[in-house]
Amino acid sequence: MDAHLGCDFLDHPVSTGTTIMAVEFNGGVIIGADSRTSTGSYVANRVTDKLTRITDKVYCCRSGSAADTQAIADIVSYSTYFYENQNNRDATVPEVAAEFRRMCYNYRDSITAGIIVAGYDDVNGGQVFSVPLGGMLIRQSCTIGGSGSSFIYGFVRENYSENMEKEACVEFVKKAVFHAMYHDGSSGGVCRIGIITKDGIERRVFFAPSIDAKPALTPIAVR
Amino acid sequence: MNSVLAPEIEQPGFNFSNCRRNERLINDGFKAPKTTKTGTTIVGIIYKDGVILGADTRATSGNIVSDKNCEKIHFLAKNMYCCGAGTAADTEMTTKMIASQLELHRLSTNRVVPVNCASTLLKQYLFRYQGHVSAALVLGGVDAQGPSIYCIYPHGSTDKLPYATMGSGSLAAMSVFESRWKPDMEEEEGKKLVRDAIAAGIFNDLGSGSNVDLCIIRKGNTEYLRNYELANQKGVRKVDYTFKRGTTGVLSVKKIAFDVVAESTTAVEQMDTN
Repeated sequence: MDAHLGCDFLDHPVSTGTTIMAVEFNGGVIIGADSRTSTGSYVANRVTDKLTRITDKVYCCRSGSAADTQAIADIVSYSTYFYENQNNRDATVPEVAAEFRRMCYNYRDSITAGIIVAGYDDVNGGQVFSVPLGGMLIRQSCTIGGSGSSFIYGFVRENYSENMEKEACVEFVKKAVFHAMYHDGSSGGVCRIGIITKDGIERRVFFAPSIDAKPALTPIAVR
Repeated sequence: MNSVLAPEIEQPGFNFSNCRRNERLINDGFKAPKTTKTGTTIVGIIYKDGVILGADTRATSGNIVSDKNCEKIHFLAKNMYCCGAGTAADTEMTTKMIASQLELHRLSTNRVVPVNCASTLLKQYLFRYQGHVSAALVLGGVDAQGPSIYCIYPHGSTDKLPYATMGSGSLAAMSVFESRWKPDMEEEEGKKLVRDAIAAGIFNDLGSGSNVDLCIIRKGNTEYLRNYELANQKGVRKVDYTFKRGTTGVLSVKKIAFDVVAESTTAVEQMDTN
């Protein structure tokens, strides 16, 4: 398509310029994400679900190219399902995370994917793993990702504590994602949260607070 | 290594061996021929009893309108249709191929194929070609779990949405949906909304134009409304431009006699040449 017709959908791959987050708390893990998907400067989807199911108790948060991360999540969820059937037991979180790393590392030159794997297993309880751009795998008790994450490193460092209570942790994730959505142009929409415990997942959706809710930091002219 | 007895079998799939040559030709100033694109407005919504798909009918190559009344709503299965934007050849061939796979799947499972299945086949095919197959699709259908609309991008990502738009006119059409779409609309209201979204694309986007096509998929039956509205009808010519026989003088005549070996007739849709 000619550039002057402004066909963003043909010129740019769809990407989830994103804010994603996962935190361990005393009963499992909490995952959170914004809901914006963009192609160039156009918001292709404002109600995206970036919290993707791998098994009932293991989810991933996707950031980077939508096509790449969807494809990888589909493949990993298939191979995990196959693995669970072969071994007649649920896959553990590190096993799923290692499968993500295998894909992300082997294809590191041809894909753009920053993934957080989080979930609950009966061996080690709630766990969070991060698989960033190059295909590394690292376990963290609290991790953030996507373009919006750079705005909330300070907030997360200041407010994170180990073994939080469930509702306190939900509030923490929600606040962090809203801060990132406010400051990052390619994050926005609503905040989706998933609470994964031994009983499975509980999903929640939060609308962004009104702009007037907090005093605006408007520049004041120097007289 | 070719021989008559064992001819070399061509590799399946795309052949990229001419890429380097073409790159050089372009660098030397050669103008590559333009592909026909459907700079398009395509949309789909979910309403009370199913889905409604809509499309404009303009096909372009560069700044030339190459077809004023083309079909952009493609058949996938009885319960599924798919609107295509991007390169006309890619959308056409992709949907045809997936339609045949879906029919084989229906025959082997003896069930109505779920829309999800078509979405997966399409996304996996498009992902394999890493965006080189430029087909941007709005897939709509009704299956056992109800109506659904999918947006499928050329790189192979999908979105499941209650209302979707694609193509160069997607912004104009989306503004109509964002202001007027609501859950559980009646069919007439839904048709009006889709018409208005396509009309927004036809009148406000250069890449879209001509007429409105609609396709309504309900549970159990489908209604394809080709040229639902002729948004751009031509006025009647005021002056007669037909010239009398013999207006142009004949300088010489040479007759060639042909042997008629066979005659055949093919029905085609008449192009508007007025």
